[in-house]
Amino acid sequence: MSTVSNRQQVRQRPLISRRANQLSPSGIRKFFDLLASIEGVISLGVGEPDYSTPWHISEAAVYSLEKGRTMYTSNLGMPELRQELAKHLKETFCVEYSPENELLITVGVSEALDLATRAIINPGDEVIIPDPCYVSYASCVILAGGKPVSVCTREEDAFELDAAEVEAHITDKTKAILLGYPSNPTGAVMSCESMAKLAEVALRHNLIMISDEIYARLVYGVEHTCVASLPGMKEHTIFLGGFSKAYAMTGWRIGYAAASREIIAAMTKIHQYTIMCAPTMAQVAALEALKSGEESVLEMVADYNRRRQFIVKGLCDIGLSCFEPKGAFYAFPSIKSTRLNSEEFAERLLKEEKVAVVPGNAFGSCGEGHVRCCYATSLEDIEEALTRMRRFVNKHRK
Amino acid sequence: MDVKEFHEVLKILESDARTSAKQISDMTGIPRAEVSKLIKQAEDERIILKYKAIINWEKVVDEQVWAWIEVKVTPEEEVGYDAIAQRIYRFPQVASAFLASGTYDLVILVNGRNMHEVGDFVAQKIAPIKGVQEVTTHFMLKRYKEAGAILNGEEEVKRQPVVL
Repeated sequence: MSTVSNRQQVRQRPLISRRANQLSPSGIRKFFDLLASIEGVISLGVGEPDYSTPWHISEAAVYSLEKGRTMYTSNLGMPELRQELAKHLKETFCVEYSPENELLITVGVSEALDLATRAIINPGDEVIIPDPCYVSYASCVILAGGKPVSVCTREEDAFELDAAEVEAHITDKTKAILLGYPSNPTGAVMSCESMAKLAEVALRHNLIMISDEIYARLVYGVEHTCVASLPGMKEHTIFLGGFSKAYAMTGWRIGYAAASREIIAAMTKIHQYTIMCAPTMAQVAALEALKSGEESVLEMVADYNRRRQFIVKGLCDIGLSCFEPKGAFYAFPSIKSTRLNSEEFAERLLKEEKVAVVPGNAFGSCGEGHVRCCYATSLEDIEEALTRMRRFVNKHRK
Repeated sequence: MDVKEFHEVLKILESDARTSAKQISDMTGIPRAEVSKLIKQAEDERIILKYKAIINWEKVVDEQVWAWIEVKVTPEEEVGYDAIAQRIYRFPQVASAFLASGTYDLVILVNGRNMHEVGDFVAQKIAPIKGVQEVTTHFMLKRYKEAGAILNGEEEVKRQPVVL
């Protein structure tokens, strides 16, 4: 009865939820702290373009602010943006979505991914994800109450997600396959044939493909295969895309989800209660990007491609064999010749030569033996980083 | 010659003329000897005219004066504007020269050590040329952007050093 004992009872309850505790603490935190303490580091650890947003895109947003366009938009996003997006998706990826009820504008792909998993996953549902993959996939599945099931991808298979291996991991609890190609961290692109095989498996087992295609525009000499464009797949796919990488708009936090009416309706319910709508000025900028950003995209892609070839050749030359990445802006060289594991490699490289790369195991246990090097940085820095890495590799090669 | 490869080499040099043949080769996959050959060819055919630095002279004591000069001329028979343009642009003080539409015919960029020097050049060399009707000299007060490079006030935006 006494308030004192009540208070004690309250205090005994754990402060942090079981769900939050379930998320693995970022093991890379220690590495970040070390990085922050060292001066003169060349970072190949970045995860965004080194360009600022093309000025005409920023200017459109600035102009909209000057005009006082600072109110909420529709939960789904501005109608004219959805119209333009529908047109863009049809022209670029040959997929047709209704701007009325099959498209949802989100706060980056990050939010879209969260909505997608929460909209379709029930407690105990399993979701197959490639390993290594972007760090959010497993966490989003866990936050939605599901269980991530990793399927290893390997350098010898060009880091593609193999349909047969996926099928071997399917149980009666499997609900979805969550994948992101072109891939962060490997730079791998799934060929059309491999994607078609995977789609067949999804159809056969009635699974949803949650496809994070944020890097779709950043491919070099190959075609990107949009999962939803494959026969019969539109109804089985939640297609996630955004503006961050292709238009150098990471800080704007603007992306989208495209899916069947039923799925978009469910995602929109969560979105309207948690987010309301994506920032209006970012939506205005995204509209401008779709309308007249194509030339900038092509210019940036051409420039990434030059640096891609430069870094891959450089890494191979210094004795770090490197799978040729055909997409995104990452190289994922093997560090096996040094006999160091990826964390040791990254930590020592940072301490001894002041170059930051991301250990491959940060993206899953199958990323061990590799490090992620982002080449969206100046050629000068890439060259200097390679010089320092050459010294490092020579010293540690066994 | 592969036209696409040739364009690629030119584009890389246009953004940084100091990029070496080896670097270009590594960036494009075109063999180094072929890159050198393409560059030589571009130089020989005067596709690449010159390699020059963009300098922010305002940061240097030895300041220069620049003027944008509009020249109205009477075109000559047969040769039109070209002959008179040539008489003007041959002077080393003329850094750039254009034929333009509108009120004036020729627009030239002139530099000198001070306003007097530029003024004298215009009065003594340009204005007396036969066929020159009218000359308007605009001295430049401040330079904001040159050949695509912003001179001052561009701060480097810092990115997060590691993002997963």
